[in-house]
Amino acid sequence: MFQSYSQPLEFTNLTSWLDAALRENLPEFWAVFIELALVGVVLLAAYAVLAMILIYVERKITAFFQARIGPNRVGKYGIFQTVADVLKILIKEIIQINKVDKFLFYAAPFFMIVASVLTFGAIPFGKSLQAVDFNIGVFYVTAVSSLGIIGVLLAGWSSNNKYSMIGAMRSGAQFVSYELSAGFALMTMVVLSGTMQFSEMIENQAYCWNIFNGHISSLVAFVIYLISGHAETNRGPFDLPEAESELTAGYHTEYSGLQFGFFYLAEYLNMFIIASIAATVFLGGWMPLQISGWEGFNQLMWYIPSYIWFFGKVGVLIFLSLWVRWSFPRLRIDQLLNLEWKYLLPINLVNILVMVILVLTGLTLTDLF
Amino acid sequence: MAQQIIFYILAVIISVFSIMAVTSKRLIRSATYLLFVLLGTAGLYLLLGYHYLFAVQVAVYAGGIMVLYIFAILLTQKPGERITPEPLRQRALAIVLSSVGIVFCGYIIFNNITKVYTLVAQDELNTKHIGMTLMGTEKFQYLLPFEVISILLLACIVGAIMIARKRS
Repeated sequence: MFQSYSQPLEFTNLTSWLDAALRENLPEFWAVFIELALVGVVLLAAYAVLAMILIYVERKITAFFQARIGPNRVGKYGIFQTVADVLKILIKEIIQINKVDKFLFYAAPFFMIVASVLTFGAIPFGKSLQAVDFNIGVFYVTAVSSLGIIGVLLAGWSSNNKYSMIGAMRSGAQFVSYELSAGFALMTMVVLSGTMQFSEMIENQAYCWNIFNGHISSLVAFVIYLISGHAETNRGPFDLPEAESELTAGYHTEYSGLQFGFFYLAEYLNMFIIASIAATVFLGGWMPLQISGWEGFNQLMWYIPSYIWFFGKVGVLIFLSLWVRWSFPRLRIDQLLNLEWKYLLPINLVNILVMVILVLTGLTLTDLF
Repeated sequence: MAQQIIFYILAVIISVFSIMAVTSKRLIRSATYLLFVLLGTAGLYLLLGYHYLFAVQVAVYAGGIMVLYIFAILLTQKPGERITPEPLRQRALAIVLSSVGIVFCGYIIFNNITKVYTLVAQDELNTKHIGMTLMGTEKFQYLLPFEVISILLLACIVGAIMIARKRS
């Protein structure tokens, strides 16, 4: 009861009211069924809306980095530009291409989008705003996000096109390598927090975020996760799978209309997913900034709803990712693989050991103070 | 009831795609159908509430082995070409061998199905328990097999590097 006054803007009130109302009026099975359907619809809607917002934000920030104005015609400051773009892509013709492997060609975009949506469901957006909360949360995320690469490989092969094929091979090599680093960086944090469940992980970070808690080791893991996550999304300095000047558009050269839209959407959402996993694992997710002992301050922080905290942290990380994207030149394939296998991976392996020693000898911040 | 419906859907997916995986004339399509079979199996684990095995199945088979298969097919074969059917003698041999396999598995399943029904539902295995079992040295714990497998994998890696660096 106290919570509904101190946190008036949380979604918890709405969801628990909805749950109670459904269970009162319907048998158990249908109540659960309707709730599941609602969760699915809301997730898909959030997926699409977030992609639109991200595309607008990216275009605007990119424009400022390059000293341009960016979209400014549709609506004030061009805020309806992506809405117009989405409408356009929805009514575009999907061009039938001869001599492609039909089944694989049409199946490939779905691999991308399904992998991305599955991962999206496991993100804790706010207090009790999480669709999938397994006790192996972190592992689940790394597992299902690896499905996307199959979509890329199949798209590249089935297009029957050299550019697509080369793009897909590059993307495959890059993704497989950097997934290793991302996984190890997350594993370091699992060692620190002692759990793989996202909700527990966030609870543990109530007074001390993981990035402060494991000081040196956490910081290293954070930087490695950001680099490898960024590389997994095929963006920024790591965008050689779709290097426009060499490969036209890489693995999705032959796609048109909404099929291309799927790849595009998945790319943007993967950026969001990487940022939100990083925010959840390293920066305390939706947990407000609290300092143990300062009760008044903590209370004040709780007045800001948890999802605002979450999107704030994610927003900072996304801005960081865009900053990197427009500041560094593209890497060559050998530089890319060198960076992963000769630098990030050894650092990572040592880092896990350091983290284990920190945890076992009680040198984490929560143990020290 | 919902569980049964989902089980039947998964069963149909698994059996249809298994057949398609072996009858398809194109190698890369076979690999994709096999991927669907493996994902269907992962779905069965999810239905059982064994989330850890589900994630392992998806990560290892779908994320790791299938990517490896697809890479291997792309690099070695001309994957678009249709495979010429095997001669009749080999096909007959394959039929005989697979029916022996079916009889063998069927015998085991038939004899153990009564035991399966008496299994009690248990709480979800937590990861800590799995880790302890994998790394323990007591009875029913698996440190030795774990180490043996890691040595085997190391040997594989060394062998792969030797083959790849033949030129020097």
